[in-house]
Amino acid sequence: MTDSASTFTDQTSSDDGTVDMMVNMGPQHPATHGVFRMQLRVDGEMVKDLIPHIGYLHRGSEKLCEYELYSQIITLFDRLDYISNFNNELVIVSAVEKLMDVEAPPRAELIRMILCELNRIASHMLFYGTFAIDMGAITPVLYNFRDREKIQSLFESVSGARMMHNYFRVGGLKQDVNDDFSSRVLTLCDELEKGIDETDRLLTSNEIFVERTSGIGVISGEDALDWGLSGPVLRASGVPYDVRVDEPYSRYDEMDFGVPVGSAGDSWNRFYLRILEARESISIIRQSIALLEPGDTMAQIRRIARPPAGEAYAHCENPRGDLGVYIVSDGGERPYRLKVRPPSFCNLQALKDLTVGHYIADAVVILGTLDIVLGEVDR
Amino acid sequence: MTTEGSSSGATESDGKAKKPAPQKRREPEVARAAVALPPEGVALAERLPGAFGSHGIEVDAAIDEVVCIVPADRLIDLCRQLKDDPSFGFTYLRLLTVVDYVEQDGEFELVYHLFSLANHHKMMVKTRIPERRASVPSVTGVWRGANWYEREMHDLFGVDFEGHPDLSPLMLPDDFEGFPGRKSYPLNDYEEW
Repeated sequence: MTDSASTFTDQTSSDDGTVDMMVNMGPQHPATHGVFRMQLRVDGEMVKDLIPHIGYLHRGSEKLCEYELYSQIITLFDRLDYISNFNNELVIVSAVEKLMDVEAPPRAELIRMILCELNRIASHMLFYGTFAIDMGAITPVLYNFRDREKIQSLFESVSGARMMHNYFRVGGLKQDVNDDFSSRVLTLCDELEKGIDETDRLLTSNEIFVERTSGIGVISGEDALDWGLSGPVLRASGVPYDVRVDEPYSRYDEMDFGVPVGSAGDSWNRFYLRILEARESISIIRQSIALLEPGDTMAQIRRIARPPAGEAYAHCENPRGDLGVYIVSDGGERPYRLKVRPPSFCNLQALKDLTVGHYIADAVVILGTLDIVLGEVDR
Repeated sequence: MTTEGSSSGATESDGKAKKPAPQKRREPEVARAAVALPPEGVALAERLPGAFGSHGIEVDAAIDEVVCIVPADRLIDLCRQLKDDPSFGFTYLRLLTVVDYVEQDGEFELVYHLFSLANHHKMMVKTRIPERRASVPSVTGVWRGANWYEREMHDLFGVDFEGHPDLSPLMLPDDFEGFPGRKSYPLNDYEEW
């Protein structure tokens, strides 16, 4: 959090005799998307240095996991990246399944995939809206929230909760979906497609929007890899790394979908990539619904998971990037050690490199394109 | 049913020179997760001893990942070669973490998860350091992304990363005392109900 060692010590003055100013942003600032604080050293409007401060939401999730049964850990994972709960649940259940060498039934895998892709769209919807607000456009978020709410109410019909679902289980799902699930999802897909097109028309080629985002916060593919970035932020820099393709999990290997890759690595690329990605998600959902057949949704395993001793690393492509979990098991009912690889945490590291040399208003835009969730950054 | 993995792997391809895993030493009767390396993992495991034998490495495997155990003083050399040699090409550091084995051996284990996008293989590098001198060279010079991971591990486990540019507290308040990640740090205010 606040660190004496890394506060600005040098009060450098510019050539014209002015002195740099320290501006504090957050942790209670709407544009930081949560309890994130950054200190900016500015020369006029120009950012010359930046120190990010995190840890305001540190709950010790990883330590808590060591004291919980594997089935209880799922609830803790819901609360990491609280915008994309299903994707988080998938990571922890697949890690335990890998350790135990069990597989969920095919129907359960398909339902998981559908829900995860819907969750990806919901997360990206929130991104379009809040990102537009960061630049002073109030309208798009209203449409995006309208569409996101439809996804949430579908989730409610499936799991009983709009968020924090606790629906995935080691070896399957808590319960089967309703009979009208397929038809509801297909109707929803059509509506979402319209919603995404609407956002696309509103923002993507809007002159002011393009002016504010193109060429802002550029990072090369090589640097992005070195920083350990992942997800849309990495792909916008031209690196085609997507866990769904590179190490297929669930039933993604049966799906036919493209991985959009940007070129310039600037804020506009990072935004537009998420529009394209949401369209691919809709295509995945439609393909999955076509494959959905009746069957079991839970494998026959012990009620209380007791994996053998060993260690497993499982990861999935989250809306924010490559979310991984490393479990060390000593053969007990609780993990010996559990460590999360949080994509937002890694993406946020590059913030200083991206921001220095831009204006204060651009710092807000750049932070917006990283699309961080502090629940995951701080854990 | 299929819950218990068969003890010691089905496809043990790499050499027999294996260090007994820490869990085995504690509870010998516990079943181990089965090892099943993918083809690229097998190839990688076979190449490692020849390429880095001089570093005193040991090669092991965990489910589908190759594990390379290296002494702490050779860690940086190994990491740099793994990154710079294009036939390994580990340009991506996925995760860096500490596992606390102080109760068992008085040691911390550092685990580095690496991935190569070009060659499409993955690996864990492990090194062990004693709790009394919990210090290891920083890999921030190899992968910049290690920066915050190391700061976090310094906060939570008190591991010192030599050569790290700034080890000031990241997750915890400035005046926080103790290392809450360690097993010896109690989890207060928690009772089973």
